Amino acid sequence: MSSPEALYRSRKRTNFAMLAISALAIAFGLFWLAWILGTLLYEGGHALARAALYSQMTPPPGSDGGLANAIAGSLIIVAVGTVVGTPVGVLAGTYLAEYGRTGWLAAATRFLNDVLLSAPSIVIGLFVYSVYVARVGHFSAWAGSLALALIVVPVVVRTTDDMLKLVPNSLREAAMALGCPTWKMITTVTYRAARTGILTGVLLAVARISGETAPLLFTALSNQFWSTDLNAPMANLPVVIFQFAMSPYEDWHRLAWGGAALITLAVLVLNILARALFRKAA
Amino acid sequence: MEAVQDSRRIRSAPWQETAFEWLTRGFAFLVFCILAAILVSLVIGGQATLAKYGFSFIWSSEWNPVTQEFGALVPIFGTLVTSAVALLIGVPVSFGIALFLTEISPAWLKRPLGTAIELLAAIPSIIYGMWGLFVFAPIFQAHVQPALVRSLGGLPGIGALFEGPPIGIGMLTAGLILSIMVIPFITAVMRDVFELVPPMLKESAYGLGATTWEVVWHVVLPYTKVGVIGGIMLGLGRALGETMAVTFVIGNAHQLAASLMAPGNSIASALANEFTEAVGEVYFSALIELGLILFLITTLVLALSKVLLLSLAGREGRRT
Repeated sequence: MSSPEALYRSRKRTNFAMLAISALAIAFGLFWLAWILGTLLYEGGHALARAALYSQMTPPPGSDGGLANAIAGSLIIVAVGTVVGTPVGVLAGTYLAEYGRTGWLAAATRFLNDVLLSAPSIVIGLFVYSVYVARVGHFSAWAGSLALALIVVPVVVRTTDDMLKLVPNSLREAAMALGCPTWKMITTVTYRAARTGILTGVLLAVARISGETAPLLFTALSNQFWSTDLNAPMANLPVVIFQFAMSPYEDWHRLAWGGAALITLAVLVLNILARALFRKAA
Repeated sequence: MEAVQDSRRIRSAPWQETAFEWLTRGFAFLVFCILAAILVSLVIGGQATLAKYGFSFIWSSEWNPVTQEFGALVPIFGTLVTSAVALLIGVPVSFGIALFLTEISPAWLKRPLGTAIELLAAIPSIIYGMWGLFVFAPIFQAHVQPALVRSLGGLPGIGALFEGPPIGIGMLTAGLILSIMVIPFITAVMRDVFELVPPMLKESAYGLGATTWEVVWHVVLPYTKVGVIGGIMLGLGRALGETMAVTFVIGNAHQLAASLMAPGNSIASALANEFTEAVGEVYFSALIELGLILFLITTLVLALSKVLLLSLAGREGRRT
């Protein structure tokens, strides 16, 4: 603090140090990403390349097998969850963006939806367990899909709301001026204008639920065998990975790594796809 | 004649009009109801425990499925401790990343770097857990934990946090992995709110000769304070409810330990581990009540975060 020169130098030093630390921070973040992805590639790469992973069932410990039933189960549960959750989300999002410019319901729903968006997914599993699984008395793929649908809804509500708001009002006014009723204006004009954006939301939702494990633990459970019965427990990748990874068997670990690499690959591809679509939409 | 037909045509529209509006309103109301339904179902499910223990459930550290005695203190403690560790590491790092991306990074690097950080949020939490258990924990145990014990374990006060045998898994490991997981969420909010700062304000400071760091510390941060806290709360909400990553590495021991190296348990991991194996009505409802406590805490934290972020956005709207 003695001379202006010293003060100037010390300010420069602080500035440089802080900016260097911030560059380190981003290196810190990228370091973990690279490490995790590298591990998956290294540990799961071999398993991914084996055809048996996609054609054989989950094996008992000590014997060879694949994840065919878990892959199929995951696809079914995620698909049903998306199909159930998407319309609910899109319609609720439509209300928020198109009708709910005023009024308490839209404001409150928007607020609670954002809370629901980050609510712990295990609590959603607990909820589905107590209102559905405990009532019917058995675990089932339906219950798993229901839990995933509850996770899809807030994601889709949020993106639909945001994307419909991006549609210029002049489009709506033009439709109205031609005598178009509101419902027709929404379904034929604003939906079309926001289509890519809404699709982005759905893709992000699918990416989100593809890796969800916690809500499936108490709902879909798992199944050692091939099953397409939605009313019975069904194998699915996340739960199988959890069970296999927690087991003491080396060959189960290898399969778990293969499943983990597969799921991450799928989720990352979905995310990048959604991003590319979003850039096209915006 | 023509006028009559016209008015009929206009009147013929309303049923679809009303139907569609009520359809969307119904679904919006459904979303509104989901949160309430979750709350109600958990309260009902936890009734047996609530009747047996009342509020003492929260501060009892007993957890014994054999004698059917249950208390929530250990999981609550583990949840709070791991989340605190996560924020302690995650917040400064997220701030650094947001600072780098908004102020320092050349334009062409912004998008790839930003996307890479966001991808951290896309990786499923079970992957974090598996990687944490099989890859990170052994290295942490062999190289980092002994160093921590040697350097910090002897210090008065905080030394107690770093005592005990280095076993790799435990609350510190769980907190570290959580910190990586919350970074993308906090960073995203910080970036968004930093972008809200009017360029005029920053340029005024630069014009007075402030350095980049001074602009960030004395102009950007005070202006976005509320939003930054909102972002931190969002990260906290995520950390509190994170299940699979924590379940893999926390050690699942029902014990209260001062040391961060000791294994513990969090609410979410207790649920993931014990729920499908629980026998007896009290055990079951004790777990559901744990879920209720978790849900209440996270909802409160997330609602607070939302309120803070809205208030920043509201100020933005009024300023013009």
